[in-house]
Amino acid sequence: MTPQSAIEAAEIESAQAEAQQPTPSARPSQPTPPVLALDGVSVRLGGRQILDGVGFSVRAGEFAGLIGSNGAGKTTILRTVMGLRPPDRGSVLIDGAPLARRGRQVGYVPQKVLIEPDAPLRARDLVALGLDGERIGPRLPSRRRREQVEAMLDAVDAGRFADERVGTLSDGEQQRVLIAHALIGRPRLLLMDEPLANLDLRSGQEIVELTSRVAREQGVAVLLSAHDINPLLPVMDKVVYVAEGRAASGPTDQVVRSEVLSTLYRHPVSVLRVDGRVLVVAGSTVTTDAGPVGAGA
Amino acid sequence: MAGALSVVFEPGFFGSGPVHAALLTGAVVAVVTGAVGVFTVLRSQSFAGHALSDLGTLGGSGAYLLNVAPVFGFVGAGVVVAGAMDLFGEQRKRSRDVSTGIVLGAVLGVSALLLYLDSTSSTTTGVTVTVLFGSVFTLASYTVPAVAVCGAVGLLLLALLYRPLLLSSVNPDLAAARGIPVRLLGLLFMTAMGVTVALASLVVGTILSPALLIGPAAAALRLTRRPLAAMALAGGLGLAATWIGILLAYDSYYWPPRTGTWPVSFFVVALIFLAYLLSGLGERRGQRARLRAGQSECAADPCSVEAV
Repeated sequence: MTPQSAIEAAEIESAQAEAQQPTPSARPSQPTPPVLALDGVSVRLGGRQILDGVGFSVRAGEFAGLIGSNGAGKTTILRTVMGLRPPDRGSVLIDGAPLARRGRQVGYVPQKVLIEPDAPLRARDLVALGLDGERIGPRLPSRRRREQVEAMLDAVDAGRFADERVGTLSDGEQQRVLIAHALIGRPRLLLMDEPLANLDLRSGQEIVELTSRVAREQGVAVLLSAHDINPLLPVMDKVVYVAEGRAASGPTDQVVRSEVLSTLYRHPVSVLRVDGRVLVVAGSTVTTDAGPVGAGA
Repeated sequence: MAGALSVVFEPGFFGSGPVHAALLTGAVVAVVTGAVGVFTVLRSQSFAGHALSDLGTLGGSGAYLLNVAPVFGFVGAGVVVAGAMDLFGEQRKRSRDVSTGIVLGAVLGVSALLLYLDSTSSTTTGVTVTVLFGSVFTLASYTVPAVAVCGAVGLLLLALLYRPLLLSSVNPDLAAARGIPVRLLGLLFMTAMGVTVALASLVVGTILSPALLIGPAAAALRLTRRPLAAMALAGGLGLAATWIGILLAYDSYYWPPRTGTWPVSFFVVALIFLAYLLSGLGERRGQRARLRAGQSECAADPCSVEAV
């Protein structure tokens, strides 16, 4: 099997799997286009090939994990989807159309906002900016908007610290506020950049569960980047595994396999499953010095 | 009562044309610097504010050499230099402090030359003091309308850009994800800051204008958690400091050593510093009150782990 064909095989299998089992969103499945569809996306930055023919899709209500180590290309994928870095080749479609005007369609949660503790910005102010932060001109007080903000704060369980300054909140609390900021505009797609990187295990688990719940309630497609796949296993409908600027996507057990990942990394790796958790380690446990597994030496 | 009033307001205070001009200029400047100052602190651009004010020295001293009112020199230099700093900082965001420093050093050297030429070519000896420390009592007649127009434009710009600017100050990526042109916004704010610092230089001089930009804003940030309230409060504090400063300076004509009035900038900056110290007390009381509120909440309801 050639390297490319192994990835394609994974994609084909996953496409079949998707056709067989309706996505958990319980929608009358078929003909609606996916919320996010990347096809053959390539990006060069400073003479380096950052992304090389990346293609995957995420449907409404689906929770997709964008998994890869540092420098694999996760952030570039997110920036490309946001329209901040147009691809050199390939296409990015949102609801079947090119990303024309940004704003409402895509909600974005950055890894961390660096904001001083004395900055005069309450959690509810930041959430309100998610509703109309791009508008020009002064904002008139509105009861409807106040109620919307209140409801969103409650949905992410942030009512307790709604009147605290954002800069004084803990990382986990800030994540909740940022999620509320991203979701209050009712986007079709929610992008989250390494939300677990700064959180302790428990807060991380809470954020993952919260995101999955709220996204399903709103029918939002989620693309969440992380370097560890395990915290996402309970909620993930789909994995997009990125390595060396290439990606393989599909249900976890079809993508996270030694053959597929060895091809992706262009290096032998083994996927071990222990206690329902996944470990990806370099080198092959099957062969010793014989060469890469699955890549066809 | 009348006696007490005449002690506070020395004779002629309300009748004096220069005093009117000073009060009016001071009011406009204080309100604009309050609003811009809050954003400056929020965006962590205090250093750029300092640099802009030092570079206003160039415009002010140049204006004297060309025999133009310093207000035009200050504002012109502020706008040009703000643009230059933004341009130099374009390549890498982290290099912004460095590029600010480079522009600062180069232009300050030229200012030294201009100030020297000013003092040799003109008969008035006080040019250096006027530029560096301000002289709000000796404004040219057309300065007041010029200040009013600049101030109105600055406030209007800020009112229009309020929400996008607030969002991009919190996190540029968050703003960019919504299609907000973050770089253009940064340049516009830098320009607004240049104009503001220039106006402040008229009241307290180029060296002390950062105090007027940062001081009231910093004090206001300790007292409120809302962005709009912080701007209003900063403007109010600045206004109070400026007006009381002007009054005290006027009164000081009768104080020793009786050779003239004490500089307005001394009083204004001293009052701002006092306000900043006092705001620390208010902040601490607020924190204690919040802590108590938190404890009583816990007593009523079993607390979650985070609350403890």
